[in-house]
Amino acid sequence: MSPTRISGLILRYVYLLRSSWPRMLEIIFWPTMQLVTWGFISKHLIAETPLYQKAPALLVTAVLLWDVLFRSHINFALSFLEEIWSRNLGNLFISPLKPYELISAITLISIIRTMVGVIPACLIALPLFKLDIFGPGMPLVFFFVALVIFGWCTGIFIVSLLVRYGIAAESLAWLSIFLIAPLMAIYYPVEILPNALQNLAYCLPPAHIFEGLRALLLENQFLPQNLAKAFALDLLYYALAFGAFLVAYKSARKQGLLLNTSE
Amino acid sequence: MNGDPPVVEVRGLTKVFNGLKAVDHLDFDIQPHCTTALLGSNGAGKTTTISMLLGLLLPTSGTVTIFGEELESNRYNILQRMNMSSPYIDLPQRLTVRQNLTVYSRLYEVSNSKDRIERLAEDLELNEFIDRQVRKLSAGQKTRVSLAKALINEPELLLLDEPTASLDPDTASWIREYLFKYQQRRNTAILLASHNMLEVHRMCQQVFIMTHGKIVEKGSPDEIIVRHGKEDLEQAFLKIVRNQREEKEKGQV
Repeated sequence: MSPTRISGLILRYVYLLRSSWPRMLEIIFWPTMQLVTWGFISKHLIAETPLYQKAPALLVTAVLLWDVLFRSHINFALSFLEEIWSRNLGNLFISPLKPYELISAITLISIIRTMVGVIPACLIALPLFKLDIFGPGMPLVFFFVALVIFGWCTGIFIVSLLVRYGIAAESLAWLSIFLIAPLMAIYYPVEILPNALQNLAYCLPPAHIFEGLRALLLENQFLPQNLAKAFALDLLYYALAFGAFLVAYKSARKQGLLLNTSE
Repeated sequence: MNGDPPVVEVRGLTKVFNGLKAVDHLDFDIQPHCTTALLGSNGAGKTTTISMLLGLLLPTSGTVTIFGEELESNRYNILQRMNMSSPYIDLPQRLTVRQNLTVYSRLYEVSNSKDRIERLAEDLELNEFIDRQVRKLSAGQKTRVSLAKALINEPELLLLDEPTASLDPDTASWIREYLFKYQQRRNTAILLASHNMLEVHRMCQQVFIMTHGKIVEKGSPDEIIVRHGKEDLEQAFLKIVRNQREEKEKGQV
């Protein structure tokens, strides 16, 4: 593992962000937009619904955490897509950059991009809706971290598909996370889902995280078992995703796809 | 050429895609301090061969040894000592020339990267546009930048895929001269894939001609011209390729 090579690739993405204000604006715009929209909906619900009177921050925090997951996932996929769009993948793959260094660099830049997007949104919540997102303290930070890691897992799966199928898999980068979103129980408890789907939901770390979040905000109760299950599943999915990436990489090398990722 | 071991040793290299042999049992060496050309019509197997030399493509059978080490098991050490420039691979367009070279100097762990970039900028006359985004450069400027990226790690083996494609004669001549001087200075082995026979004749000491995935002719440009009784390399190349095509068609009949 070479820190110099990893920092080189991170530098490439930092240069790219610096050179393009629309990219930077987009990173900040969507989380803030989501927060403002759902903040007003939440304000309305506080007046109308007893549940939200108990925990006015529930909806906004759930929205924010969902956005953290989505940003973590899409920023991972986007970093790799940037290489395909700029036809630079060939140069990377003929350099001594190892697959796990590539994944490490994309992971780190995904964290930076997610932070750049989410922190301003959190800061806006306080003056605009009098919501202190950071109020629940460390448990919320752990939920945040567990979601970010799951975003990397889905991101690595997408990168694997991009390596194997090229730009044809681009739309999956956007779709895939929404496909499993209903099972994550972001805005409703898992028990709302049909029985069969409940079992599936509990196979995903976000379901445990959002269950934990509701317990934290509605009952002021931190359930460490939710967090432990989420992190254990994260670990499993990370191993599976990285395995899938290595399989896709080897398959692409067998079929000569690394120089040709176009349609 | 001078008793040094070959930089590249290829033995029995074969690649089969869906039952079709794209590259069929190649055996060749690339000598140090030597410019070698890989010639062939479109689809002859040149790109497949170069991809296997870079480890981008896994061979179906055969071995590639570079710098005395087997490629597959020492790939990243070997890639550290070689590089490639191709008009079919771009550098990130929104980054400036300097930013691109900085990124690649880190990817190749170049220790004195600032000096190296300054030297390359001076040698390849990049200073005029070094802080300009790559997307704003002309084709000739982009070729020079791509070459700078390929030389960032002072490679001992340089692969050049059509280094002067789509360049005007003046720029193309400038690039050829620069590569010649660079090779004299650094003793780099160069493998060149090109369709420009005049360029190959001027630059290369050794030529491999490929058709249908096989090397059908080897030698210096002059040897090949004399052997086939032609006036220049292009005529000799056309004779070889057409003969091969006819033989293949007869074989199929």
